[in-house]
Amino acid sequence: MKAVYGLYNDPHVAQQAVENLRAAGVADADITVISSEPFDHFEFGHRDAKTVMPWVAVAAGAVGLALTYYLLGASQRSWPLVTSGMPIVPMWSNMIIIFEMTMLSAIIATVITLFVTASLPRRGGKMYDPEVSDGYILVGVENPADAARLEPALAIGGGRVKRT
Amino acid sequence: MNRTLTKPIADDLVRPLFQTSIWFYAILLATGTVVACGAVAWGYQLWYGIGVSGKRWPTFWALYLTNFVFWIGISHAGTLISAILRLVNAGWRRPVTRCAEVITVFALSIGALFPIIHLGRPWLAFWLFPYPSAREIWPNFRSPLAWDFFAINTYLTGSVLFLFLPMIPDFALVRDRSTGFRRRVYGALAMGWRGTTKEWNRLESAMQIMAIAILPVAVSVHTIVSFDFSMATVPMWHSTIFGPYFVAGAIFSGIAALILAMAALRKALHLEQYLLPLHFDNLGKLLLLMCIFWGYFVFSERLTVWYGNEPSEMAVFWATQRGAYAPLYWTMVVCNFVVPLAILSNPYTRTIVGCVIASCGVVVGMWLERFLIIVPSLTHKQLPYSWGTYQVTPVELTITAATFAGMILLYTLFAKFVPIISIWELKAGLPSRQDSTALPPGSTKAEGAHS
Repeated sequence: MKAVYGLYNDPHVAQQAVENLRAAGVADADITVISSEPFDHFEFGHRDAKTVMPWVAVAAGAVGLALTYYLLGASQRSWPLVTSGMPIVPMWSNMIIIFEMTMLSAIIATVITLFVTASLPRRGGKMYDPEVSDGYILVGVENPADAARLEPALAIGGGRVKRT
Repeated sequence: MNRTLTKPIADDLVRPLFQTSIWFYAILLATGTVVACGAVAWGYQLWYGIGVSGKRWPTFWALYLTNFVFWIGISHAGTLISAILRLVNAGWRRPVTRCAEVITVFALSIGALFPIIHLGRPWLAFWLFPYPSAREIWPNFRSPLAWDFFAINTYLTGSVLFLFLPMIPDFALVRDRSTGFRRRVYGALAMGWRGTTKEWNRLESAMQIMAIAILPVAVSVHTIVSFDFSMATVPMWHSTIFGPYFVAGAIFSGIAALILAMAALRKALHLEQYLLPLHFDNLGKLLLLMCIFWGYFVFSERLTVWYGNEPSEMAVFWATQRGAYAPLYWTMVVCNFVVPLAILSNPYTRTIVGCVIASCGVVVGMWLERFLIIVPSLTHKQLPYSWGTYQVTPVELTITAATFAGMILLYTLFAKFVPIISIWELKAGLPSRQDSTALPPGSTKAEGAHS
């Protein structure tokens, strides 16, 4: 994989590098920003922020609720034993297990959605620099059509430009 | 913000993973020995039968169930507190959350062992699993014991994930600083994490959703543990106040355990720059609040019983107020109410040492509270013919001591192999990170906070 990227100390400079790449004609989806912490207060930290995760969690919760409701009712009807004078399918006590399974379904669906949408787990092969762990912010482009043309856009504010 | 601010943080917090002091081995040896003794004691109980424990008619729930409720209560230290602090975006939470979440996972695992240890035939514990037997009979879902199974497993699963997800970026950081076998292990745990904006946004969204989902689960777990008691018509158990009373007690003991763990980590790993007096002061205030709640619940429960003057309940009441269990009862009151109130209500004594002393009292007091809920009621049932006594045996004491040692052992091992403070969260909370001048026009901090 070919890549060109800059490493920056300062998130303001990283933001400027993103702007420069856009000005150089690079599509937003082709710009990669990598950091060792989230930058919620910078515009580049909000790219790819939209997610269906909350809806998936709600839907999974609803499915968990329905399945548990069915499982409890079906299992209690299969051997209709009266316990402590309760109905065969007692909703009051069943609600406890239904609640737990609803929440468990939502939690597991959230984690699965995280892994699927963030493409985790992943093997190597993507643009990365271990210096990110030291606090540098990486701004770059994977498989650029013309890496030399992008280097000036990245060479700002003391940033170090690298090509692979 | 620049690298010169964040690299020392990472260096400091990763150092315990690469450097091992003699104390680590000493703790491992000491706690491992006690855990081994506990395993031998359990093996002895399995071989000679449950009679080697002090459980006798009518006290079939005793020390093991005391420990079960105690450890489940301690587990409320972590995920619940962490989730609340995440949801309200409390900045001071950052060095605290992981220390707390680990307590939940280990305390819950230890707590979940006790119903199995308590069984005469623990190899049949799988009968609680929700699957039909050979004759298509399912477990009795109307039973509070089945509710426990679902509640504890849901909370344990959620808590493990809640702990693990924010560790992924830190595993990536350790991976980048490691070589050889260690690099392969941390690389596998990091799962290819790079730190792209997409990954960060997904992780933060997931943590928000899980924080919302885990809160009611945490409350439900201890409520359901309280149902183990309140669903039975045993004197002083059949009470509508037990759910919130247990939850308040669980949070109370959980915060105390968290303070003790943080103080130990601060000293042992030299984290004085990260676990500040401010954190202890804030947790001390929370502990004080829960102390007052606890006192309020105990007073409400006792007053209602005393005013009702129902003979079977009064027998238990007087046994704890001025009978055989009175010394334990009043020790509990002093440990849970008098000491924390005296120390924590005064800002001059709400220091790290003060918080630790109060927390020690609360941990002891809450263990006694669990014991006093279970044993006096079972030894004073409705009809005097069913009254009895309970004597603790060495087997029970050894197993109990082993679980405390086990908790210390697991916590020490965790702190050795995983950064005990979330590095990325700490870096994200640096004051210079709050600079929003680069936000696009029309954006606000609130919009950018993901919370």
